[in-house]
Amino acid sequence: MKDFGFSPMKNKVLNFDELNHDFHQWIAIQDSSFNLCIACGTCASTCSAGSYTHFSFRELCKDIRWGNAEKAMKESEKCMLCGKCSIACPRNINTRNIIKMVRKAAKTSPL
Amino acid sequence: MKQEGKKHIWSNYQKEIAEDRYFYVRSCIRQTFFPGSENTFLKILREVLGKDVHESPNHTTCTGIGYHCEVVPFATTQTVVARNFALMRDAGYQNYTPSCVTSFGIYTEILDTWQHFPAEKEKTRAFLKQATGREFEEPNSLAHTSDIIYKFRNEIAQKAKYQLINSETGEPLKIVEHIGCHYAKMFPEKSVGGAEYPNVLAGMIDAWGGNVIDYPERRHCCGFGFRQYLIQANRGYSMSASKKKFESMEAYQPDFIITNCPGCNYFLDRWQYVLAETEQKTYGSNGYGIPVLTYEEVAGLVLGFDPWEMGMQMHQIDVEPLLKKMGIKYNASEKFKGPQGQELGLPEFPEHVKFTTQSDN
Amino acid sequence: MRKTVAIIGGGITGMEAAIQINKLGHTVHVFEKDEKLGGHVAQWDHVFPNQRKAREIINELTCQISEEINIHLSSFVEKISQIDDSFVIKSDNNELKADAIVLASGFELFSASKKEEYGYGIFENVITSVDLERMFVEKGHPFMRNGEIPQRIAFIHCVGSRDEKVKRTYCSKVCCITAVKQAIEVKESIPEASVYNLYMDLRMFGPGYEDMYQKAQQKGITFIRGRLSEASEVENNRILIKTEDTLSSRPIKMTVDLIVLMIGISPSLANNQILSDLKLEPNKDGFAEIADDHLSPTHSKVKGVFIAGACTGPCSITDAINASRSASVEVHHYLNQV
Repeated sequence: MKDFGFSPMKNKVLNFDELNHDFHQWIAIQDSSFNLCIACGTCASTCSAGSYTHFSFRELCKDIRWGNAEKAMKESEKCMLCGKCSIACPRNINTRNIIKMVRKAAKTSPL
Repeated sequence: MKQEGKKHIWSNYQKEIAEDRYFYVRSCIRQTFFPGSENTFLKILREVLGKDVHESPNHTTCTGIGYHCEVVPFATTQTVVARNFALMRDAGYQNYTPSCVTSFGIYTEILDTWQHFPAEKEKTRAFLKQATGREFEEPNSLAHTSDIIYKFRNEIAQKAKYQLINSETGEPLKIVEHIGCHYAKMFPEKSVGGAEYPNVLAGMIDAWGGNVIDYPERRHCCGFGFRQYLIQANRGYSMSASKKKFESMEAYQPDFIITNCPGCNYFLDRWQYVLAETEQKTYGSNGYGIPVLTYEEVAGLVLGFDPWEMGMQMHQIDVEPLLKKMGIKYNASEKFKGPQGQELGLPEFPEHVKFTTQSDN
Repeated sequence: MRKTVAIIGGGITGMEAAIQINKLGHTVHVFEKDEKLGGHVAQWDHVFPNQRKAREIINELTCQISEEINIHLSSFVEKISQIDDSFVIKSDNNELKADAIVLASGFELFSASKKEEYGYGIFENVITSVDLERMFVEKGHPFMRNGEIPQRIAFIHCVGSRDEKVKRTYCSKVCCITAVKQAIEVKESIPEASVYNLYMDLRMFGPGYEDMYQKAQQKGITFIRGRLSEASEVENNRILIKTEDTLSSRPIKMTVDLIVLMIGISPSLANNQILSDLKLEPNKDGFAEIADDHLSPTHSKVKGVFIAGACTGPCSITDAINASRSASVEVHHYLNQV
């Protein structure tokens, strides 16, 4: 192999066709309010954990939606389960329950 | 893919291309990249089509590379361009025809600037007079040399010795066409066919018997881009852009790529070699690459010109499999001989992409 | 004394104006360039926000058109001239003197092929919202050009709206809710299909709109905040689309069987001639200009010329009917004064 001093770069475009939607579907079955997120960020702005760590329920929803189950499971550990986001959510999403479902999935590997 | 839809779009992008009496200006880089192409253009125009083409030895760069790298100020670029226009006027010609796509872009941009900001033109006039004593006039028509080959594509087809057809199967060759950004992306209305579905090369392929491949990344950058390759640290970026295109076109098994830009031609050709040597990946069939041809070379092959006289041995990706596919008669033993038949020695051959050597023939 | 009112356009706006002005005791003439009344709405299968049949609306209006109302079909208005306080309307088969005019000449659909990078008219599985509605009328579900049932469908919002490149800087107002409505209908007609909506903002301003959006989410329709940059054709004439998921800042590419372009509302070219005959300037978006943004939404700047419906800019059916009734009352007051 020749060394030219440079090499091709990794493509960072998200290929939607290759995403795994199983985890998202499983979560949406556990709690049908999951799909109602409008990404307004109310949850993240009121989050007690989010004030001190990089944690956002809105981002967690994205991770679940884009098939990033592992990251979602890891992120969910940061939640204090205080439930403030559930009170604030304008779409009435059962945010706290969704966190619990993600944690449950981490323990039981339902898929 | 609906052809009528494309034709509808093409009807919005038609341009006037002069019939004869061209003032021809060469590219700075093409003569080292693909040295036979410009001569092939002159030979086609003068000997095959009987046109009057004038060249001036005093012609200079348009400053394009320096301008786009922000080392040449716009006022300088305008003055240099005005000087080239002055040479045309002095020679008694009015139809300006640059061989380089970036030059075509520069000239188009400056004519457009002068139209919208006449004060710039007057300033340039003063600069040119002060610096050289020369006076200039705007050309009557500005056409890239690919526009001219496009204009005469049917005449070339009538005189064709070969067609863009696989001589073994009788099927049309599958061809990827790629236009330079500076040809149509800055001023789509100054091109043949626009930027989204360009017709300038597609029209040649169509007239000469081939089939155009539409692949998903047809619009993507070839990887040339002055900001991408001039700095070595950025070249991975340049190569990645080319790679994205190769990956996208690979499934369609193209027989060759035709381009109208010095940079596209060079990088699509050379990066295939670099990708092969770094990733052991080739995109053509049987371990070969996909040949990348200039439109002059394609026109020359169709007209039966000798491929070595056109300098096609200078391609990094071997063209011999394509010549064989088209059924072109050529002398393999003269591939690395000079114009007078002198031995030039053999180049270093790549390891991971096949290149026909004399022993293969 | 009975006065005469000419209504230019026989879509829902013109029909409603004809009904109301006739009830107010004036002689009404409707000029419609097509062979039948109903305009764009008549082409539609179902309408938002309740998925009602469009036909019902047209039928109900048609029932109210009394025999007293003069309907001139296939009558393209060629010229309008003003003589003192009255107007002479010349169509290709008629000439009429009127005391007032209601301009209800509607809109044109944005020509999707102007967005060349989306491939409408070139890639066979790129269709418009209007084509989709026609498919619903024809077969009750969308289909690919080869007749197959699409399994992945993407709706592209804002095609010919909020776009400097095609000189349509305004919001076409009705396409967001139409896309949500159509996405629901696609999902209902092909339950196993994946449906995506690529939007910049979802402008759910009307009553019942937000409910439809929630309904769409509940049905599992995916909303991706990002505008389509370009579409390409891939194997089997499927469409590769590129956008950014702007909420997670990631460029995305995906392959779908069908894309539906939500084409916007454009000013009608035929309107320009009428406006210039009446010495009226179009507004900056090219639509007929209303005299006052708040207080005279159906007056033009010329006495005796009233304007209503989509010729003044994008509007829903409800907006059009409201404007029509408002214009009718204004016409009545005006005629009583003259």
